[in-house]
Amino acid sequence: MKHTLSVLVENKPGVLARVAGLFARRGFNIDSLAVGVTEKPEISRMTVVVDVEEHSLEQVYKQLNKLINVIKVVDLPDENSVQREMVLVKVKADTKARAEVIEIVEIFRGKIVDVGKGTLSVEVTGPSSKLRAFEDLLRPYGMVELVRTGTIALPRG
Amino acid sequence: MTGAQALIASLEKEGVELVFGYPGGVMLPVYDALFDSKKIHHVLTRHEQGAAHAADGFARATGKVGVCMATSGPGATNLVTGIATANMDSVPLVAITGQVGTHVIGTDAFQEADTTGITLPVVKHNYLVKDPREIPHVIQEAFLIASTGRPGAVVIDMPVDMSRSEIEFKYPEKKTSLPGYKPTTAGHARQIKEAARLIMAAKRPVIYAGGGVVTSGASKELAELARMLEFPVTTTLLGKGAFPETDKLSLGMLGMHGTSYANFVMMKTDLIIAVGARFDDRITGRLDTFAPHAKVVHIDIDPAEIGKNVAVTVPIVGDARTVLRELLALLKPRVEESGKPDGKAWHRQIREWKKEYPLTVPEGGLRPQYVVNEIYRLTKGKAVVVTDVGQHQMWSAQFYKASRPRQFISSGGLGTMGFGLPASIGAKMGVPKERVVNIAGDGSVQMNSQELATAVLNEVAVTIALINNGYLGMVRQWQELFYDKRYSHTHLRRGESPDFVKLAEAYGARGMRVAEPEGVEPALKEAFKVNDGPVLIDFIVEQEENVFPMVAPGASLDDMIGG
Ligand SMILES: Cc1ncc(C[n+]2csc(CCOP(=O)(O)OP(=O)(O)O)c2C)c(N)n1
Ligand SMILES: [Mg+2]
Repeated sequence: MKHTLSVLVENKPGVLARVAGLFARRGFNIDSLAVGVTEKPEISRMTVVVDVEEHSLEQVYKQLNKLINVIKVVDLPDENSVQREMVLVKVKADTKARAEVIEIVEIFRGKIVDVGKGTLSVEVTGPSSKLRAFEDLLRPYGMVELVRTGTIALPRG
Repeated sequence: MTGAQALIASLEKEGVELVFGYPGGVMLPVYDALFDSKKIHHVLTRHEQGAAHAADGFARATGKVGVCMATSGPGATNLVTGIATANMDSVPLVAITGQVGTHVIGTDAFQEADTTGITLPVVKHNYLVKDPREIPHVIQEAFLIASTGRPGAVVIDMPVDMSRSEIEFKYPEKKTSLPGYKPTTAGHARQIKEAARLIMAAKRPVIYAGGGVVTSGASKELAELARMLEFPVTTTLLGKGAFPETDKLSLGMLGMHGTSYANFVMMKTDLIIAVGARFDDRITGRLDTFAPHAKVVHIDIDPAEIGKNVAVTVPIVGDARTVLRELLALLKPRVEESGKPDGKAWHRQIREWKKEYPLTVPEGGLRPQYVVNEIYRLTKGKAVVVTDVGQHQMWSAQFYKASRPRQFISSGGLGTMGFGLPASIGAKMGVPKERVVNIAGDGSVQMNSQELATAVLNEVAVTIALINNGYLGMVRQWQELFYDKRYSHTHLRRGESPDFVKLAEAYGARGMRVAEPEGVEPALKEAFKVNDGPVLIDFIVEQEENVFPMVAPGASLDDMIGG
């Protein structure tokens, strides 16, 4: 089961290593991890998507809370949170395919951010499921390179 | 003053009187500042691992924070085993390491090692000092973190330029508050109520007490609870002494080499009251068959331990002493009103098990169990016993009944051979009035035998009772039982090297050898007369003795070999 955890941490050197090390050491699988400062510069937010069973999730939560620099851990269920991720993808688009690719990008409200010789680079944001659907549609054209940011999330309301 | 002086002044402010350590290049400023301290006594060990274990032994014997220090690179890496040992057993330890200057960190400078990186997985917390003005704060935080909540090890890595900088020293008046660190001490009232309800309804209860009872100073409350309810008590290796093993309610230790009756009790009980214990695999045996009939009340200050291995009926996060007090306050009037739960049948059953499966000392030759028993008898059960790791450790746990907390000191979680001698030095220096006996293994003692010099030069009067079976006995036992007696690399070739008596003498310690049962008492009596340094007694015991009962790894707890 995938769970999105929002982890508020003190913005101190080594804190990323502490969190990442904990996951590695205790054998918890990380799907994605995104880090950035919050509205308070001394506090950062890590959004971690983990793939664990319910029982392990409790351990993840408790072990994270044991780290001195971790201030708060919140589990963000899909239905109660806004989750976003961004993908940058360079897709093959010769003159023949170009119109079709552009159409797909528009449907997904993406943006073309670079045009190369026979390629387009596209940016799309949305929940992970949307990005996956987008990728699936582009795959037949041939993806040259792809990068995703990992999910970031906030509770709703 | 300099950063180094601020470091020493901060340690003084924290009440540190004893530090174990070993100097080196980047620690020169710190050692120079230490030279002027009137309050802090530094003990030079002969290996950094010895310093860490000595500080650990000091902490376990006294309940205070143990402090050790070492230089950068190899000094720091040599500390690591000791740091991990302390942290695994929730011992408050502060380790201060030197580091290369901040401007060369990351350049593979001479004697540079990434100490915070290396120790990260084996500490409660660590620091790399990057601003000399932080030093007093960091020290205060480190002591707070090491000694509160579930205690543990904290490492402070001090780059040499931090030590050399000039700062204005001011020790923070108020205890620092850390946004991400607030251990829960009081138990949840509703949960405590629920626990009380289960306790009053229990037919076959057991109290399972671990090191947390010792740490929180909850022994008195635990004994009061057990006696008021007449509940049997079993303890873990680290919980030894949390409840007097001489009490008729005591079941001794449980688990892999626990008593048969303690293990039978766990398998038949309908209510486990776990206090400051963590259902480690050496305790539970095979998890899916463990305590099949039991409801579980689990009291622990570390929420992550609750529900980690065993499903819990009533989780109570809190300090053992505080929670037990709250529980007692609830239960007392109920017991006064309606009497304690009826345990007659249960106690009858336990008495039968105790009669049928007692721990016994085998006859013939010089048996290790006999040696431990004699140490117990001649110290009237009052000594502080510090063990190494192996068979002798388990025999010590089985046959040296502990009657008070902090009396039995052993590396449980990490199982670190070489712990015993240095830890006994630290313990003796912490509680100099107590008799301290290090029950050692012939394999283990060689991992830190250089600390004999430390004991001799500091006139530390520990008795080293060496259980010399010529083997890495615990491993040999597993080879005997599970690997067809194929003794691959576990034979130490006793009698060829070393001669332990001569080894002791070479260091200026006294050495004796005993190979007959009749020799045990006189040798121990002789050794106990010595007050100005260590004595080593080389007990030449039966070579292929085994520790029984034994729950084979992965076997169910009531499936005991020799039990
Ligand atoms: C540092 C370390 N290395 C290896 C082990 C594995 N080990 C556990 S017990 C043991 C044998 C200990 O031998 P000895 O000290 O002679 O004690 P005995 O079992 O013979 O009483 C070994 C090798 C360990 N626990 N610690
Ligand atoms: Mg041995």
